Amino acid sequence: MHVGIVTQTYQAKIYVTLRPSVLDPAGTAVQTGFKQLGYDNVGPTRIGKYVELTVTADDEAAASQQIDRMCDQLLANPVIENYRFDLQVVPTAGAAK
Amino acid sequence: MKFGVLVFPGSNCDRDVVLVTRDLLKQPTRMVWHQETDISDLDVVIIPGGFSYGDYLRCGAISRFSPAMQATIAHAEQGKLVLGICNGFQVLTESGLLPGALVRNRDLHFICDRVPVCVERTDLPWTQAYQPGQVITLPIAHGEGCYYADPDTLNQLQAHQQILFRYCTPSGEVGAEANPNGSVENIAGICNRQGNVVGMMPHPERASDPTLGYTDGLLLFQGLLNSLTLQGVTA
Repeated sequence: MHVGIVTQTYQAKIYVTLRPSVLDPAGTAVQTGFKQLGYDNVGPTRIGKYVELTVTADDEAAASQQIDRMCDQLLANPVIENYRFDLQVVPTAGAAK
Repeated sequence: MKFGVLVFPGSNCDRDVVLVTRDLLKQPTRMVWHQETDISDLDVVIIPGGFSYGDYLRCGAISRFSPAMQATIAHAEQGKLVLGICNGFQVLTESGLLPGALVRNRDLHFICDRVPVCVERTDLPWTQAYQPGQVITLPIAHGEGCYYADPDTLNQLQAHQQILFRYCTPSGEVGAEANPNGSVENIAGICNRQGNVVGMMPHPERASDPTLGYTDGLLLFQGLLNSLTLQGVTA
């Protein structure tokens, strides 16, 4: 039965990547490493960041909106980076189906 | 004229700056801890080099939200002077006071060197002690000093004469061979459109004390002091 406001915990998996126009010397170095290992078929390699975090929110839309803002403000620098994220509900102990 | 030097956990050039403004320029100077909120007593805020908050996430990304930086942003918006050196430049771009961003050096090295730098503009308090086009030698010490801006931003920087310093050859030629870190247009330092906020990767404070062998950086601080004294700003 629905009693009061139920907040839900969401896990966000956030991917921050360099914009295509920004030089990625670390990615290029890794690509060279692959070449030295004998993998001649590896194309341009780009290195980004992966962040996991949880938030509590009333619903998925609210969680999504907040994560988007957090990415824009801190996790990614929009001048040089893009980001995307996936949201998943974290099952709480004792949650009734 | 009163100087303030921001100190974040991980700043490591703060005392070098204080040595210049307090000991060489003989100006009142105080260190501003990153948790401070009131800096209304200051005429000039300097954000020093180092690794603020460990440079975690991105250089300058977290320091941007510190109370002292919020106060510095307000200080800058009043038209007062702000200088960011090295990590301080990164903090200024992250906080949006200066356009563009600083990314990892082209060749992945942390570069610790002395490089020739060309002074592009000398009508600002910061650079008025230099000659137009003068080539000076300044130390650089950074791993993420490659200045990046998209073409639109670059056009804006050029249109408003916001590029103050460029890496060059000892004879003053600006070209790829004189670019230590891959910065677009060899940019080593820029200002905002109003000219009151300056960010630069080279370290003028490390080229100020004659004991260290060269003093090309001292002119920046002396020029600043002279122009403010002329404007009637006194300590």
